[in-house]
Amino acid sequence: MSKTTGNTRTGFYICHCGTNIAGTVDVEKVVDYVSKLPNVVVAKHYKYMCSDPGQEMIQKDIRDQNLNRLVVAACSPFLHERTFRNVASQAGLNQFFFQMVNTREQNAWVHLDALASTEKAIDLARSAIFRVAFHKPLEQKKVPIHPGVLVVGGGIAGIHASLTLANAGKKVFLVEREPTIGGHMAMFDKTFPTLDCAACILTPKMSSVKNHPNITMWTYSEIESVDGYVGNFKVNVKKKPRYIIEDLCVGCLDCIDACVYKEPRFFDEFNQGLSKRKPVYIPFPQATPQLVVIDPETCIDFKSNKCKKTCVDVCERKAIDLNQQPEHKEIEVGTIIVATGFKPFDASGVPYYGYGVYPNVYTALEVERLINASGPTSGEVVMRDGSRPEKIAIIHCVGSRDKNTNLWCSRVCCLYSLKLAHLLKEHTHADIYNFYIDIRTPGKMMEEFYYRMAEEGTKFIRGRVADIYPDLTDEVHRRLIVKAEDTLISEIIKVPVDMVVLSTGLEPRADANDVRRMFNITCSTEGFFIERHPKLAPVNTFTDGIFLAGCCQGPKDIPDTVAQAGAAAAEALALIDSGFIELEPNTAFVVEVDCSGCKSCVPLCPYSAISYQEDKKKAYINEALCKGCGTCVASCPSGSIKQNLFEDEEIYSEIDGILNYTNIYEVSECC
Amino acid sequence: MLLDENKSQSGSQGWQPKIIAFFCNWCTYTAADLAGVSRIKHAPNARVIRVMCSGRVDPQFILDSFAKGADGVLVGGCHPGDCHYQEGNYKCLRRFQLFKRVVESFGINKDRLRLEWISASEGDKVRLVINDMVAKVKALGPLSLPKKFSEWDKEMNIIEEKIAGKEEAVHA
Repeated sequence: MSKTTGNTRTGFYICHCGTNIAGTVDVEKVVDYVSKLPNVVVAKHYKYMCSDPGQEMIQKDIRDQNLNRLVVAACSPFLHERTFRNVASQAGLNQFFFQMVNTREQNAWVHLDALASTEKAIDLARSAIFRVAFHKPLEQKKVPIHPGVLVVGGGIAGIHASLTLANAGKKVFLVEREPTIGGHMAMFDKTFPTLDCAACILTPKMSSVKNHPNITMWTYSEIESVDGYVGNFKVNVKKKPRYIIEDLCVGCLDCIDACVYKEPRFFDEFNQGLSKRKPVYIPFPQATPQLVVIDPETCIDFKSNKCKKTCVDVCERKAIDLNQQPEHKEIEVGTIIVATGFKPFDASGVPYYGYGVYPNVYTALEVERLINASGPTSGEVVMRDGSRPEKIAIIHCVGSRDKNTNLWCSRVCCLYSLKLAHLLKEHTHADIYNFYIDIRTPGKMMEEFYYRMAEEGTKFIRGRVADIYPDLTDEVHRRLIVKAEDTLISEIIKVPVDMVVLSTGLEPRADANDVRRMFNITCSTEGFFIERHPKLAPVNTFTDGIFLAGCCQGPKDIPDTVAQAGAAAAEALALIDSGFIELEPNTAFVVEVDCSGCKSCVPLCPYSAISYQEDKKKAYINEALCKGCGTCVASCPSGSIKQNLFEDEEIYSEIDGILNYTNIYEVSECC
Repeated sequence: MLLDENKSQSGSQGWQPKIIAFFCNWCTYTAADLAGVSRIKHAPNARVIRVMCSGRVDPQFILDSFAKGADGVLVGGCHPGDCHYQEGNYKCLRRFQLFKRVVESFGINKDRLRLEWISASEGDKVRLVINDMVAKVKALGPLSLPKKFSEWDKEMNIIEEKIAGKEEAVHA
């Protein structure tokens, strides 16, 4: 084992974190023990080590006691490693002469036995003190940040983030999978609690995106691959063929009228199938961009090649190109904002609610379209059987707060149910019954909104609906019976209604796992992307330079989505405007004298950072390409590859420290 | 002679196993933090050493841990396909499969060495894995290799002395 560098003078500090740590770990005992260890000059405990007085205390000790190593036992390094590195560097110490001991998240918070917890804290403190002696002064590598930003997803989150960045003068690439931007918000009729129309607040933003000189908008496009790292991402985008030459189409829609299908007859995605569209269509009148799309799945020409192609003939600008091929674009950006949104829960997942079986059972999103003035019925609430409802049941928590479907609360359903209750009452004057578990209305003006809705005469029944079935006794109305236990009066009640609205929850996108892998970010077991820290880094991911916005991170309403999108844009701006980022110096390097030139490391590197120098017969690691995993270090038979911050000596000394294997350690110190 | 032989359990009164856990920075270490944030209580016997990737875990780290007195070694990485460094966990697995056989051939019980894939969201899996491993290692008893090594050294010294004594007698 090699010698430690110079005369080691270590300062050890353990944080109480209020009672978070000190409530379980006996911090005085730890300090008492540690102060007797070799090389330890100072050992202290303090209430809040990350506070100003705590930081100042450490800095004063570093100066006064001439400390050259620092160990802090506190929370997870993910939270405050950077804080204490700054403390070290401000006191004139190289910031990498520091080691953090995770004593809160991985100790005090997860153990009940104070004795065992203290023993663990001592083991890990000793381990860090042994380790830090081997630390070397390192410099962080600065890499420039490319000013371009990629925004993935053109819902309200992606739109807002793009506009914020573009207004700040940054080049933005907005990539949307669907033929139009707008996302789910474009489908809504009105928004709670203000009841302003969704289109009125969204469509101006959509056209700003379209017209902004700094935004390149690619709809009907998908990300194929992402390479590189913070500041320097290389992204491949595939533009799917819409069979329309975008530059020529003016959105006159003559081709739709001219289609050989006289009547629309295919499932209209935007209207949730409540209306039909033709193979050549525009998703909705305000679609942005104003371009038609030809659906190859339903177009006769793609199926049989025997269509008269009336659409091609009618287009004066010759904008229709049925032989269009996918286009592949490669772009370079420095930061990425992932705003891929959510998927509504599939209501047929709760079979006893009869969605898809009884025609008058609707999902909330279908009702949004039904009451929308530009929807399939022009805002008339006419049901699938042609009748108008006189009694309506709205069922909350469908696919939320249920062990059989999804455990989480989808956060928006209570409020949109109240909104739909109001709008349905306005449109139909029907009796409305809300079946709820709890009414959850946190947020500004939300509870007030609930009271207003209650005063309007909407009935609230506290109970989860158990069954929905047709009323066979009433031949005239052919109603559905909604059966539930009213838990406030402990009685089973059966309410006959004409229409049932299922307030479906929010789910992650079905392909969240693929997206996660592509961007090298993490997602929860459910599939929502995980932020770096739930409180202090809510839009960052564990991958530097990639940020989250909107419902892909978790269910949230429009104000929160917009706020988060703004925050993600601000984080991206902060990176871009600083011009460069400092990377962790944990890269690997070859000690050439020891390298035997066996080449076993070369094929191991997934980034092709290792090459073989034919002239010297030695391996060489390109520091710019190395991401610092250390796989090559572990595999080198001659031990000639070293990894900064994770050198073999550092890890062996950590093992020694944990196991208190001091005899060898002391021998190595003196010989 | 088997390294894992416990002649008597008498020395293990009140003994608690010590397990060294090598956790990758991106998945398993984060999961252990999540267990903390979610206050998921588990056995206090594991001591975590953070590495950037499970691919960094050199088999020598594992041998060294056992030799210096660890009763068990746990390696935690990202699920296959989820590695932050594309395929470091796969390299770890490849190495581990081979190395496990080496460890077993030394006579160290296979329950003392474990590789687990724990993603950043699986805080509860951290609890399950650590508790299960601690229970299994407890059942095996202490490995205490440093003690065994020193005893064997003593035996070897006595044997060597005896041989040396005989050789001297022959020469005389």
